Amino acid sequence: MDLLLLLEWSIKSVVIIVIILGGFAYTTLYERRANARIQTRIGPNRAGPWGLLQPIADAIKLIFKEELIPDKSDKVLFVLAPVITVVPALILLAVIPMGPDILGFKLGLADDINVGVLYIMAVASIAVYGIVIAGWASNNKYALLGGLRASAQMVSYELSLGLAFIGPILIANTMNIREIVVAQKGLWYIVLQPLGFLIYFIAAVAEVNRAPFDMPEAEQELIAGYHVEYSGLKFALFFMAEYGKMIVISFIGATLFLGGYWGPFVDQAPLLGPFYLFAKVVILLFVLIWIRATFPRIRYDRLMAFGWKIMLPAALFNVVITAAIVLLVGG
Amino acid sequence: MTIDLILFFGIAAIAVISAISMLVSRNAVYSALFLVLNFVAIASLYLLLNAAFIAMVQVTVYAGAIMVLFLFVIMLLGAEKVETGPSLPWQLPVAILLGLVLIAEFAYVLFGRVTQIGGELAGVGEGFGSPASVGRTLFDQYLIPFEVTSILLLVAMVGSIVLTRDDRKESR
Repeated sequence: MDLLLLLEWSIKSVVIIVIILGGFAYTTLYERRANARIQTRIGPNRAGPWGLLQPIADAIKLIFKEELIPDKSDKVLFVLAPVITVVPALILLAVIPMGPDILGFKLGLADDINVGVLYIMAVASIAVYGIVIAGWASNNKYALLGGLRASAQMVSYELSLGLAFIGPILIANTMNIREIVVAQKGLWYIVLQPLGFLIYFIAAVAEVNRAPFDMPEAEQELIAGYHVEYSGLKFALFFMAEYGKMIVISFIGATLFLGGYWGPFVDQAPLLGPFYLFAKVVILLFVLIWIRATFPRIRYDRLMAFGWKIMLPAALFNVVITAAIVLLVGG
Repeated sequence: MTIDLILFFGIAAIAVISAISMLVSRNAVYSALFLVLNFVAIASLYLLLNAAFIAMVQVTVYAGAIMVLFLFVIMLLGAEKVETGPSLPWQLPVAILLGLVLIAEFAYVLFGRVTQIGGELAGVGEGFGSPASVGRTLFDQYLIPFEVTSILLLVAMVGSIVLTRDDRKESR
């Protein structure tokens, strides 16, 4: 019995990691193709039909690149940093329910724990370490500045991110993510929490250091920020972390605000659930790519001012209003 | 039960080794990172004790917020190398004395009151340690200490902001 449970968990963990790794590979292609379309270019279309083999070609190229470790760097932490960066992206999906129960079989690894939302907060809060360590261990002033900017930015936007989670928690009256999804059966929380969703999305984009909040790696000032000294597969790991986190924030946004796996006819055919979730994630990923193609990078001081002076008060306001309404209506 | 025990000894070993490494490490960045590892190990121990809420809060607050700020300050000041200047002369004897007192306390609890530890423990209720039960206890039974603590933190926050504002005016 225990052994079977262990086997089930192992299989589910492997599936989650495969989702992130496969998703990472094809999100890079998706981004390059979509970006190209927005800029009236064609994008990579040579490797395989519609460029579908491009990620594999990229991977092979990166594997055969020379791996440089700077002489004056802190060798242990330099090698460890990319690994530490990837881990949060890989483990966050554990609390996301992938679909309704099918014949009593749960789709999701630990989606039924009563601290699901807190788990997301905890992992998101330690995600900054990989980047900071990479910046420091490189022993390069640009990398160090990139790492410091990253830590300041992520600490600032984490507050708004956490406050944005409180809306769905208050309305569903639980921190169990599966129960939050079940509570959204009739009405998605984006309808009740439009401001909350906006704050979540902006803060999440800042958390994963995506454009227009990609300050830590601003090319003009910092060359490439914290990963300037990395090459080959170690660079690929940073890339994997960024795209993995993009996928993860899309999953979390879809789950907490866009009704998770709910959609028409899921009641009759529960197998449709994962497909609806997948569709929502693809749409949110497109929004992320669209934002990158549209907005210029924000200056660093404005980024911090925006985080503390607009996002945080707005998030607090949202929490107070939501709490008052939940109390008056009776949840 | 045995799996719990194996996990406990594994995690406890990590916690102890990371704590010792934090103390003996010559580099402040390494010390900070070992402390993070220690916090995460302690959080895992909480998880073993069925206190998932405390574990998550431990990781979020200590490993995620406070230690990031520590690391930030160490890197910003470039203070990672320990200076070999004169240390406090009275620090070593006092530290040894206090350490011995702590060990004596541990020994007293462990051996002097062994019957109480080895004896029957009161069972915990349903949902013990869940976010809901922790919240209810905090806001019913301990409301005044909780509010006093929050006001204290607010005062500290306002104080630090006031201090930095004054500093900026003078430098203009």
